[in-house]
Amino acid sequence: MTEGTKKPFNVREIRNEFPALRQLVYGKNLIYFDNGATSQKPQVVLDAINRYYSKDNANIHRGVHFMSQKATTEFEEARIIIQKYLNAKKSEEVIFTKGTTDGINLVASSFGELLSAGDEIIITAMEHHSNIVPWQMLCQRKNLTLRVAPINKKGELIIEEFDKLLNSKTKLVAVTHISNTLGTINPVKDLAVKAHAVGAKILVDGAQSIQHMPIDVIDMDCDFFVFSGHKVFGPTGIGVLYGKEALLDRMPPYQGGGDMISKVTFERTTYNELPFKFEAGTPHIAGGICLGEAIKFLSGLDIVAIQKHEKELADYAQDMLDTFEDMTIIGEARKKTSVVSFSMEGVHPFDIGTLLDKQGIAVRTGHHCTQPLMDFYEIPGTVRASFAFYNTREEVDTFITAVEKSINMLR
Amino acid sequence: MTIEKKQQEIIEDFEIFDDWMEKYEYIIELGKDLPMIDPAKKTEDRLIPGCQSRVWLDAEVLDGKMQFTADSDAIITKGIIGLLIRVLNNEAPANVATADLHFIKDIGLQEHLSPTRANGLLSMVNKLKMAALKWSMEN
Repeated sequence: MTEGTKKPFNVREIRNEFPALRQLVYGKNLIYFDNGATSQKPQVVLDAINRYYSKDNANIHRGVHFMSQKATTEFEEARIIIQKYLNAKKSEEVIFTKGTTDGINLVASSFGELLSAGDEIIITAMEHHSNIVPWQMLCQRKNLTLRVAPINKKGELIIEEFDKLLNSKTKLVAVTHISNTLGTINPVKDLAVKAHAVGAKILVDGAQSIQHMPIDVIDMDCDFFVFSGHKVFGPTGIGVLYGKEALLDRMPPYQGGGDMISKVTFERTTYNELPFKFEAGTPHIAGGICLGEAIKFLSGLDIVAIQKHEKELADYAQDMLDTFEDMTIIGEARKKTSVVSFSMEGVHPFDIGTLLDKQGIAVRTGHHCTQPLMDFYEIPGTVRASFAFYNTREEVDTFITAVEKSINMLR
Repeated sequence: MTIEKKQQEIIEDFEIFDDWMEKYEYIIELGKDLPMIDPAKKTEDRLIPGCQSRVWLDAEVLDGKMQFTADSDAIITKGIIGLLIRVLNNEAPANVATADLHFIKDIGLQEHLSPTRANGLLSMVNKLKMAALKWSMEN
């Protein structure tokens, strides 16, 4: 992570940097509690998008002219900003993707090629569909076995059961860092040690964690780390796959086309070196540059203060919701943050979400792309409030009043 | 009463509300008047796809007129399908299949027409019309 002077955290000041937060929805001040779905963008990122397309738009890695060189420099500087933020050894280990789902599919396709029939992959019961389906497809294609590590009713991974699944056939463990539905923080550093002990690699889905905590891929010792730009105050359509260089070098390319090649003939084509081997075609250039700006913005904030603030908000919301009769909080792990999912006896989450919406409050309802989790808890879905550092305690108070009003209307 | 007249009646009913919560309070009330589907008919094939809540729909024809019954595990959804059924019940299948259901937009519920995964209004409308179309073609 970038060292340097951090701005003291002041939520009112920070909010001023996010224009989307200053709007009325159905005549009410917007309360945006859907940060697990996507984050709002600070003015510096918005300015960067505008600046790129107004002045600096050119294709990269290809041209000799001024604009193409400038765009290339900016794009590659963004890669280095992200490398430093993740504490990766080399910028070659930072692959730009379309997002988390794209990154996982890349690993499933490319790393998957190195696996053989009978090999095993372990995921957990709390995974997002994007960290389930690519592995199911790979297992079907290559005749592998998918093992699912169970969780308890609190939404915590049962480590003893996870340990039982590890064996010499395990080649990959794919696990979420923070559950998007439950808020559970998984002990990914410990899981990496366990995976490596049996000769397996570990992929950490950082889609939710990148927004909420500092990431150190060397300390974590993960083999792959994936995240989406739009969840960390950057644009949609861009993301990052971090991979250890030695591993990425062994993996065949994912998509073929321009930029990922060294030499093309109809007889034989050779491939480019990292990171370009995995970046076919023209990337989302503005996306990469603006993701760099977003990470720079985040690096300049007091992340410890942010984590404290987000945990306090989530704990406060959870405590207040717990006072309602027939209310169940889904996901009460001892280590969780930023997300409160709840379910009410006899009241459908869709109804609560619709009425909250009409009071200006944005939450998510449904299965949150974690249908197996809903089956585990035997519910049709939850209402999920997911917080970011620009949310306030006053917003939680308004939210609780609105939940109460909604429930009274529905019962 | 024709489909158009019934729509006008609903539009007038909703004109007295200027607050969103009042509109939804009314919709929730309407859900209580929904012609209920026979519980024995709440089968997989009668589920409307594309809704976050579960919605069952049954269609029959009596004396040449469509008779719809439904149920949902979400109250607002019950209210909305209740409105649709109020407009389309007791109408000839051909009229149901070709009805222009503009009242949804006119009462300000157009966001329910957005094809997001969350709400199934589009699916409900399609299912109601397909049931009528199927009957028209078979008879």
